[in-house]
Amino acid sequence: MTAPAGADALSRYTFPAADCSRIPYGMYRDPDVFELEQERIFRGPIWNYLALEAEIPNPGDYRLIEVGDTPVIVNRARDGSLHALVNRCSHRGAEVQRNLHGNTKVHTCCYHQWSFDLTGKLIGVPFQKGIKGVGGLPADFDKACHNLQRLRVETMNGAIFGTFCEETPPLEEYLGPVFTHQVKRLFHKPVKVLGYQRQRIFGNWKLYTDNLRDPNHGGLLHMFQITFGIARLSGTGGARVDADGKHNLSWAAQGGRTDQDGASDGGYAGTDRGDMNIKLKDPSLLRYHKEFPDNLTLAVTSLFANAALQQIGNTLAVRQLRPRSADEFEIVSTFFGYEDDDEAMTRHRLRKANLAGPAGLVSMEDGEAVELVHRAIVRDMDKHSIVEFGGRGPVTDQENLISDVPMRGFWIYYCKLMGIRAGETA
Amino acid sequence: MNAICGISPEMHLEVTMLFEEYGRLLDEDRLEDWTALFMPDCLYEIISRENVEQNLPLSLMLCDSRDMLDDRVYSLREANVFNIHYDCHIIGPVRVTAQDGAWTATAAYSLFQSIQAGETRLFSVGRYHAELKRVDGVLRIAKMRVLVDTGAILTLLATPI
Repeated sequence: MTAPAGADALSRYTFPAADCSRIPYGMYRDPDVFELEQERIFRGPIWNYLALEAEIPNPGDYRLIEVGDTPVIVNRARDGSLHALVNRCSHRGAEVQRNLHGNTKVHTCCYHQWSFDLTGKLIGVPFQKGIKGVGGLPADFDKACHNLQRLRVETMNGAIFGTFCEETPPLEEYLGPVFTHQVKRLFHKPVKVLGYQRQRIFGNWKLYTDNLRDPNHGGLLHMFQITFGIARLSGTGGARVDADGKHNLSWAAQGGRTDQDGASDGGYAGTDRGDMNIKLKDPSLLRYHKEFPDNLTLAVTSLFANAALQQIGNTLAVRQLRPRSADEFEIVSTFFGYEDDDEAMTRHRLRKANLAGPAGLVSMEDGEAVELVHRAIVRDMDKHSIVEFGGRGPVTDQENLISDVPMRGFWIYYCKLMGIRAGETA
Repeated sequence: MNAICGISPEMHLEVTMLFEEYGRLLDEDRLEDWTALFMPDCLYEIISRENVEQNLPLSLMLCDSRDMLDDRVYSLREANVFNIHYDCHIIGPVRVTAQDGAWTATAAYSLFQSIQAGETRLFSVGRYHAELKRVDGVLRIAKMRVLVDTGAILTLLATPI
């Protein structure tokens, strides 16, 4: 067996601390690392978020997505079962399905008209036996050996996950109790898709998974809520992780502590940040209609490695991360409400969508932050970024927002899957 | 009167000038003057072709009053951090139609963004669908739907299209 592409890339970089409080820049820039990630992360023993059942409710419904950088069809077969198939013809490697979404009985490749049923089985090869015994495929060609490559699929409350790897544990075990609860919380009743948003960011995908696991930046980079006096870093909030530290929930809650920062303890001293006590002309945008049994007004769940579930007030979405190269990724967000939302609630969710996404008043800065880092770390690849807010050592739940501990959790698990030995010193 | 769409050359010129002003105010970063082109109960929406074609209502940006539009501009000025850039709107010929006292105007646009170091990229292409009304003798925007073909937003969408 030959070593996978890029395997020697790992020897170029060192993680000096076992707790991943130092991350070498090269991990974000090296194309060989990206190659290896496709095998060991996205096709490794993890569950990738694929789509929502609500997007493909009827037999024959399909939608094109990507797992890592691999094109995948997610569809529902005639018997209602869900399948995820690599969208690559077993003949010449062409994309089989070209429409982004639709309904079909079979997926037929336009190149030579090979056709596959909705379970990925090769069912049609035109002129397989040639014409009058001339041409065609050899007599021993066995169609059964040339199905579309399949991913293993599991669903939870209408959220569809897939894995390339036989060794991936069952979905619920992979998520663990905290994140099983988070998936079931957000999808506690049937959902209605409201639409999609896409964002192309010219930086490494892990700068975004870092960003998701870094509550500390929330009240420093994203100033909408603080400028308009809605939230601040000293508010009630924190982060939860699973036993491996690979998943993260960043949360904030209604009520709790108020003005304990800025003026009183100098938290924002030395910055031009802080509560400017400015009011919106139309504050209705900020209204929150409580709709979960808990008091969380913000719950962003990052699932290792390609998904984030988002509740920002009443704005609900699931984001799928699609890495394109070491230097570019796409975020595809599927916004949704619940089937039983009335018109006013749907309207409210659509207005509140202004807060999130590529034009999000609260979140637009993330695209810029990722690109700022990605540009500046072009050289000195064995220098490191610092991850020490909230302390060093074990990765545990955080009861405040001044922490980036969950970021280390991601990297510790990432190193485990990639076969990287992190640090001797910590 | 123009037999094709019931619009006089003068009216067509007036709408064309409004679109010119719309693009120029954005390009000159005069966002506060730009919001003044809208009526108080206006609708401003940027929505992707992908959503429109699937009858999905989600926008990229949605302001259903001038207050909300002003809030967004104020947030850009005071709160948001975004890529430092210059906009250049190229707005195509405007098609104007009139119905029941309301004017509808559509035009294609290209929006180029340049960075401080002088590098330019095509940021967005799409179409404007506007409803215009005359208020105190001045043409104002009642509704502006920006239908973007470039639904995959490059980096982020801060300044309006």
